[in-house]
Amino acid sequence: MIIRGRTFSFAFVAGITILVAWVLVALLAPGAAPHDPLATVSGAREAPSAEFWFGTDRLGRDVFSRVIHAARVSLVLGFISVAIGAALGSALGLVSGYHRGAIDTVLMRVVDAMLAFPGILLALVVIAALGPSITNVMIAVGVSTIPRYARLVRSTVLTVREEAYIDAARLIGVPDFRIMLRHVLPNTAVPLLVLSTLEFGHAISVGAGLSFLGLGAQPPTPEWGLMTAAGRDVLGRAWWISTFPGLAIFTVVMATNLLGDSLQEMLDPRLKARRE
Amino acid sequence: MLPGSFPPENSDSHLSPSTAPVPATYLARRFAQLGVVLLLVSVAVFSIMHALPGDPVQLMLSGAESGSVTPERQQLLREEMGLNDPLAVQYGRFLSGAATGDLGTSVRLRQPVLDLILDRLGSTLALSLGGILFGVLIGVTTGVLAALKQGSWIDGFSRVLAYAGVSLPLFWLGLLLILAFAFWLPWFPPAGSEGIRSLILPSLSLGLVSAGVIARLTRASLLEVLVQDYIRTAWAKGLPKRIVYLRHALRNALIPVLTILGLQFGAMLAGAVVTETVFSRPGLGRLVVSAILWKDYPLVQGIVLFMAAMYVVVNLLVDLLAAWLDPRIREEAAA
Repeated sequence: MIIRGRTFSFAFVAGITILVAWVLVALLAPGAAPHDPLATVSGAREAPSAEFWFGTDRLGRDVFSRVIHAARVSLVLGFISVAIGAALGSALGLVSGYHRGAIDTVLMRVVDAMLAFPGILLALVVIAALGPSITNVMIAVGVSTIPRYARLVRSTVLTVREEAYIDAARLIGVPDFRIMLRHVLPNTAVPLLVLSTLEFGHAISVGAGLSFLGLGAQPPTPEWGLMTAAGRDVLGRAWWISTFPGLAIFTVVMATNLLGDSLQEMLDPRLKARRE
Repeated sequence: MLPGSFPPENSDSHLSPSTAPVPATYLARRFAQLGVVLLLVSVAVFSIMHALPGDPVQLMLSGAESGSVTPERQQLLREEMGLNDPLAVQYGRFLSGAATGDLGTSVRLRQPVLDLILDRLGSTLALSLGGILFGVLIGVTTGVLAALKQGSWIDGFSRVLAYAGVSLPLFWLGLLLILAFAFWLPWFPPAGSEGIRSLILPSLSLGLVSAGVIARLTRASLLEVLVQDYIRTAWAKGLPKRIVYLRHALRNALIPVLTILGLQFGAMLAGAVVTETVFSRPGLGRLVVSAILWKDYPLVQGIVLFMAAMYVVVNLLVDLLAAWLDPRIREEAAA
């Protein structure tokens, strides 16, 4: 697809369109939702109709309005988790890769240990320690992504620190901290952007999963995972209660995966060189 | 033995490379790494559980009727659980217990944590193996067909499968399968753990998530192998298509696939946490979720460590298997 003389892949356009649409939905939710997401507006478990597009749930609440409002919870969860993981992980990776030596060895051993078991277990441990709530899910999911950020930033820093301009900066007496922030960190921007895009969707999916298990958002909050769980026991009688919130998660995560992959292809010259 | 040297009795190993044992130094190094990783994992789990601001005693008693929780009772419980000792002492006690198979006692169920785990281990392993089986069946088949017919619909399907695998929320996929194959087409039970039929849908939902990754890797790996000289030789010898593809190409192409099966096993364990709840199956995943909701700290800690250990050990076994099958990996490992 060509926009203003530049070529964009279908995956990029599709991904960004779906994501922007969801952000708009989240921003405009109070006006866009036809009903109050917390109010009983009809009989219980009514099938989808012209009035209630996605049907109604056990308490007669409009599933469509709830799905729209829940976008806010999930998108915020995605942003916060990614911010926590990216900030702490990059800091670790930057220090580790720049200073090398004992700090590097210790930090990377810890990171390896964290990577040595599935991220969701780490998230579960954090939730066990803090107690179930949506805020704690954001922290837990964010913490569980730290090792991946640390590894990524460290590997970029390791190649950058050998560059002549870093030596030059050191020779004219620029302090380490400043070199790290001004000269090393900007080089990690592209890989960080790609990873963060992918992690954004991943965080939303894991976060919804934790809420599905009862470890995250609590009723009556409109949240996709929680709503999916609420329809589980009546799946045979009222398929719409679980299906639509799940579909919402799927579209967001799919969009971030499409966008992340196409960003990587567009922005990562090494990958491009390998393909050409 | 010097790194890189093989025991002398294997000096003629080039004649039959795939029967040479994995070098002892490599084994020793991997087992040492295993120990270090497990130790670090235990430190990480222990310190998160104990260093984060939540107070286990407060959390555990918050469920009880508010009147009955006197400060004295809190103090008693704290003393009973050894929470008044320094953290290092608590960790030492925990570690020496874990080393002898004592993972503590569940606060809620009042049974040894290890017994509770072993009771449910079989169910979770069956689910994970079923998931791996479906993942390999669907993934390898799709991957091979996609590589042999590049650009065909099946190649496109392998891409869709890969995207679906990473994008579909596992719990939702499970519910969709129940909806389709338990309600609309009543072929399988929607929940429970009775018999092999109840295992199909949960395993399939786990397997579908892995199938995409496996398919893409099989495809890439097979395409790489198909341009090798020895494949050209095989063609030149006039061997039939089936023999060239299956015996010569696929065998080697599957080694990288094997190495990610260890990672996929981790995905199965993580997936079991969700899938066991979706399908109401007893298992480690469901137990850990209950343990968190019960605020049963020793139980959470024990299960997480057990699952982590299982994952690390399986990955080690898979790596050793790959090194045993592929002389190139073995030599790299020995170097």
